[in-house]
Amino acid sequence: MRTFKLRTGQALFALAVLVLLIYTIFPFYIAIATSFGAGSGDGSLYLPESFDFGNYVSVFKEQPFFHNILNSALVSFATVAISLLIAVTASYALARVHFRGRTTLLLTVLGVSMFPQVAVLSGMFELIRMLGLYNNLGSLVLSYTVFSLPFSVWILTTFMRGIPKDLEEAAIVDGATPWQIITRIFMPVLWPAMVTTGLLAFIGAWNEFMFAITFILSNDNRTVPVAISMISGGSQYEMPWGPIMAASVVVTVPLIALVLIFQRKIVEGLTAGAVKG
Amino acid sequence: MDITSTTAQGATSDAGKRSPGPARQGARAQLSGLSRQRIRTAWLFLLPMIAGLGFVAGWPLARTIYLGFTDATLSSIDSYAFIGFENYLVYDNGEWYGLLADGLWWKSVWNTLYITVLSVSIETVLGVLVALILHAKFPGRGLLRAAILIPWAIPTVVSAKMWGWMLHDQFGVINDLLLKLHLISEPIAWTVDPSTVLGTIIAVDVWKTTPFMALLTLAALQMLPKDCYEAARVDGIHPVKVFFKVTLPLIKPALVVAVVFRMLDALRIFDLVYILTSNSEDTIVMSVYARQALIDFQQIGYGSAASTLLFLLVFGLTLAYIFATRLKLDGSGDH
Repeated sequence: MRTFKLRTGQALFALAVLVLLIYTIFPFYIAIATSFGAGSGDGSLYLPESFDFGNYVSVFKEQPFFHNILNSALVSFATVAISLLIAVTASYALARVHFRGRTTLLLTVLGVSMFPQVAVLSGMFELIRMLGLYNNLGSLVLSYTVFSLPFSVWILTTFMRGIPKDLEEAAIVDGATPWQIITRIFMPVLWPAMVTTGLLAFIGAWNEFMFAITFILSNDNRTVPVAISMISGGSQYEMPWGPIMAASVVVTVPLIALVLIFQRKIVEGLTAGAVKG
Repeated sequence: MDITSTTAQGATSDAGKRSPGPARQGARAQLSGLSRQRIRTAWLFLLPMIAGLGFVAGWPLARTIYLGFTDATLSSIDSYAFIGFENYLVYDNGEWYGLLADGLWWKSVWNTLYITVLSVSIETVLGVLVALILHAKFPGRGLLRAAILIPWAIPTVVSAKMWGWMLHDQFGVINDLLLKLHLISEPIAWTVDPSTVLGTIIAVDVWKTTPFMALLTLAALQMLPKDCYEAARVDGIHPVKVFFKVTLPLIKPALVVAVVFRMLDALRIFDLVYILTSNSEDTIVMSVYARQALIDFQQIGYGSAASTLLFLLVFGLTLAYIFATRLKLDGSGDH
């Protein structure tokens, strides 16, 4: 009786796991199947008849999609680099130095991460035109950096607090400057946290849509999310789903690769601020 | 000086946790001597962040709030007049005008709140369930944990397109599956039909954001002490009872943080609605309304007023949360 109960329990659990797996993966599977020709004409919705790369070819041929990918990569890497540089120095000060107004500052930083993007849209639009960055990728680097700063600072501050004080005290006694302390002592210990932060900033910049569709005007300067949203057919009722899915697969595969490789790091980053804060 | 005294206090309490030996005290004296210079350096290190946030977030926000009181348009963004609260509410010739008198605005507010409450509630329940599954030991757990990150990592634009295709009234797999299972008798235009469209948005949002909830909950589960579970198991208490009496109260703080994060995120929902149902009035949310006014109708003043109200809503909720939990951010308590 007991083993029977155990077996049914296990079977139910396995079923739950299976349902969960299908729930998370199935939509992406359909995207892949469609990109290779499933669902077009009379064929099956679920399985392409052959590996037809036609949709992929048409995406790269009919619009500057390669260019769009380069734009996205450029903007994302620049965002990661700049926000990491600013966040590491700031979080050192926030985590390691006791000064007045530290809590207020941390709260403000946290507050900025709660900003609805649309709340700064008109002000940002004005600023970007003033700086001459309209329709320029610089506008995106600028806005993404600021929107990735709060959580970067937050995560790095949390991690830096965990580093033993003794290391730093010894260095201070030896006369090391704060910059030396950051680069020589903290960086080697901190790089896993920096990978985490960088990944989150990269994914955020790669996926962003509202600023990208507002600040960029020409096809050649667009990033991939906007490029995908703009793929359209002759009319509203003839959406070219094959090419759209092909483009979606192309931009999502690098992200999924990152997620699979750095799974642990990403989870650490997502949970660092929330659980410990 | 106040600053040094706070620092000294911090140093004392920190040192007090360890054993305050004579050597440690010597080092501390040296530290206090350097602390003023240290604080100056700290501010120097903070400068790029403060400048960046101030210049690219604080300033635009202030401008948005100000522009909300003007009649600026996209074509005349450099010359505009201050018009007070007219964008919000104005009485003219026996009629009320402005944001607060616009039915569509209130519809967008209602839709936003509806989506937020339902989406966050569903994904909290689902997220806890998923976290409990991931917390158990079974072969392939790592794989499942990686798989669950996929919806989170996919760009919202892509997931909106993907679901838009799956929910297509003629060729979508959702209708196909439901027809084959005889759950519906004819295809449904999920993203067009006013009676299904909000539910559809919530369903897609839940799919995309449950991983976040699950992973935060999982992290909380993994930090729970194991001994009380041992005790409960020995006493033969039913696992469901253990969950509600032990696990849930213990993970509640982390769950509250996750719920608040997600609520603030859901209130500014834009990409999904914009892509999945474009300009449909049935699904208009606050961000879409504001952006439409700003860019599509080029009414910078009016759109800024709408943006400001959304900001105030989010800001108010954040403040309420911070005060309600008296969030400890100083770090003096957690290490």
